[in-house]
Amino acid sequence: MAAKKLTETQLAGLVDGLISAGRVEGVVEKGEGRFVFGPLGSADELRLDYDVTIIPPKKYFQPAREVLMTFRVKGGEFEPAAPPEPLTLIGVHPYDLTAINQMDRIFSEDNYDAQYMARREATRIIAVEPQNASAGCFAVSMGSTRPEVGYDLYLTRVPDGWLAEVGTAEGGKMLKAHAPGAADATKADLAARDAARVEAEAKMSAQELGFDASEIPSMLDGAEDHPVFEQRAERCFSCGSCNLVCPTCYCFDVQDEVDWDLAGGRRVRCWDGCLLAEFASVAGGHNFRRTRADRFRHRVYRKGKYIPDKIGELACVGCGRCVNACVADIANPVAIFREIKGVE
Amino acid sequence: MSRHVADAKSIYVPEPATLARCEAMTELERFFQVTLDSGKPLGHQPGQFVEVSVPGIGEAPISISSSPTQPEGFQLVVRNVGNVSAALHAMEPGAKVGVRGPFGTTFPYEEAKGRDVLLIAGGIGLVPVRSMINYVLDNRDDYGRVIILFGARGPAERLFVDELQQWRDRDDVEFLETVDRGDETWTGSVGVITVLIPRVDLDVKNTVAVVCGPPVMYKFVMLGLWDKKLPNDQIFVSLERRMKCGVGKCGHCQIGPYYVCQDGPVFRYSDIAHIKGAI
Repeated sequence: MAAKKLTETQLAGLVDGLISAGRVEGVVEKGEGRFVFGPLGSADELRLDYDVTIIPPKKYFQPAREVLMTFRVKGGEFEPAAPPEPLTLIGVHPYDLTAINQMDRIFSEDNYDAQYMARREATRIIAVEPQNASAGCFAVSMGSTRPEVGYDLYLTRVPDGWLAEVGTAEGGKMLKAHAPGAADATKADLAARDAARVEAEAKMSAQELGFDASEIPSMLDGAEDHPVFEQRAERCFSCGSCNLVCPTCYCFDVQDEVDWDLAGGRRVRCWDGCLLAEFASVAGGHNFRRTRADRFRHRVYRKGKYIPDKIGELACVGCGRCVNACVADIANPVAIFREIKGVE
Repeated sequence: MSRHVADAKSIYVPEPATLARCEAMTELERFFQVTLDSGKPLGHQPGQFVEVSVPGIGEAPISISSSPTQPEGFQLVVRNVGNVSAALHAMEPGAKVGVRGPFGTTFPYEEAKGRDVLLIAGGIGLVPVRSMINYVLDNRDDYGRVIILFGARGPAERLFVDELQQWRDRDDVEFLETVDRGDETWTGSVGVITVLIPRVDLDVKNTVAVVCGPPVMYKFVMLGLWDKKLPNDQIFVSLERRMKCGVGKCGHCQIGPYYVCQDGPVFRYSDIAHIKGAI
């Protein structure tokens, strides 16, 4: 795959060029040293040295609230939502890219979710090798730090500029259009990239699982009654923060909204979370996961067994967001998995 | 990745349909005959469900009660317990709804051919089981004994009373029913549905059982069937769960490795017996 070497100025030119050409969102500082993906006004605002974003980039492919269709209240006819606008997303960390690749599989396999996939296909992704990571990050343990696909460009900070690896023809076009002076990467540049990767992987090993993550699904076989679930769930507030910040959580609710004149409306899907008390309840009041432990166990099994058994990939990329987001400090997957495994 | 997504049909957009008949069945349950406005048959099999939309209110998963052997649309019975079901209860013939589906797995109408069929329905569980009962009765020669066990809370909660009577009257059907609590008019069996199981003799090697009812019922029915030495792989259960999408995406209906909307609602019990919380 082709790689180019960009100076700081050339990278800024690339970003500003993309901004002048269309909608661009990237990582910006939200305040208090915390970062989010948001609208990017200029290259100066872009913070490629961020540690982790509060919410993962899943929000671009499956927005927290999105219109699935519109309808007339009388008549029973539904119109699919309009197709999404093109978007370029700058600054996606590799573990988040791994999560996006997994979401792509989940939404495209079995039953093809045209809404999700239209957003995904309308989005160009410029990934970046992390210069920092969350204090709870364990992406290396989860094997999510080297996604081979999913990006159009992959940036790595090297001592005298940036290495831009081209992942798709679209990525190549971006460089050609907005960084025309970029030189081909030399062997020395690639060596500098490799060194940067080693540093990045150290940052993404803030926590370590201590055993091979591929053992997790079989480890969970028959572990449903392990005391870790009851013990931790005793402190669970059922707030769903762990779901909210998780890059592989995609469960959704669907609700109708009606216009003020009661003539038309929209069917919207919004994020849901399996830790919320009502997640598995049905009309009539029966709740199939009534206790906090039932719901806590469900999340761990979904990440570590149900989805892996279905698609062959763990549904945790080790971003560390839930470690910090959990109000009760019980959600850390490393701690849970290690306790079940019986490693100190 | 393909670049043809713009052409892909949304799996969430319902088809327009019309309520052809709406009739009160009990105090809580209402019967609907539904036809797709396209004029096409729904194409369902016994045991499947549809997602029914009332624009402005929402969408809910509802079991199909009619057998595909019966023409002219399909039938639903809805208990008035939620937003969508309440809206449906307020509708009159000719009203428009949206329909997606059919979804999910089917009752074992093929596997049961040539064998005895034991159909156990508790309360509103009769609604989906009826699709299998009528399929079997419309293909009566393909099956061995047909044994129907039905339990309701009380005489006033019995569904499809005319059909219950027909089944009772048929020589080629063994029909037993009970109510949890009788009243002054009730002369039949009183007790929960499990009291009926010891009253039937089963050729266990040659019997396929279908079970559907409220969540609390399954464990007790299972104990009754185990007393009969009926093996788990000859027992089929239809499970209820929250199912928002019907297409294995929204995540609500997961039990163990399965999505009830796709891998169920009908499960061979031996496939889920090991899953905590399945029944």
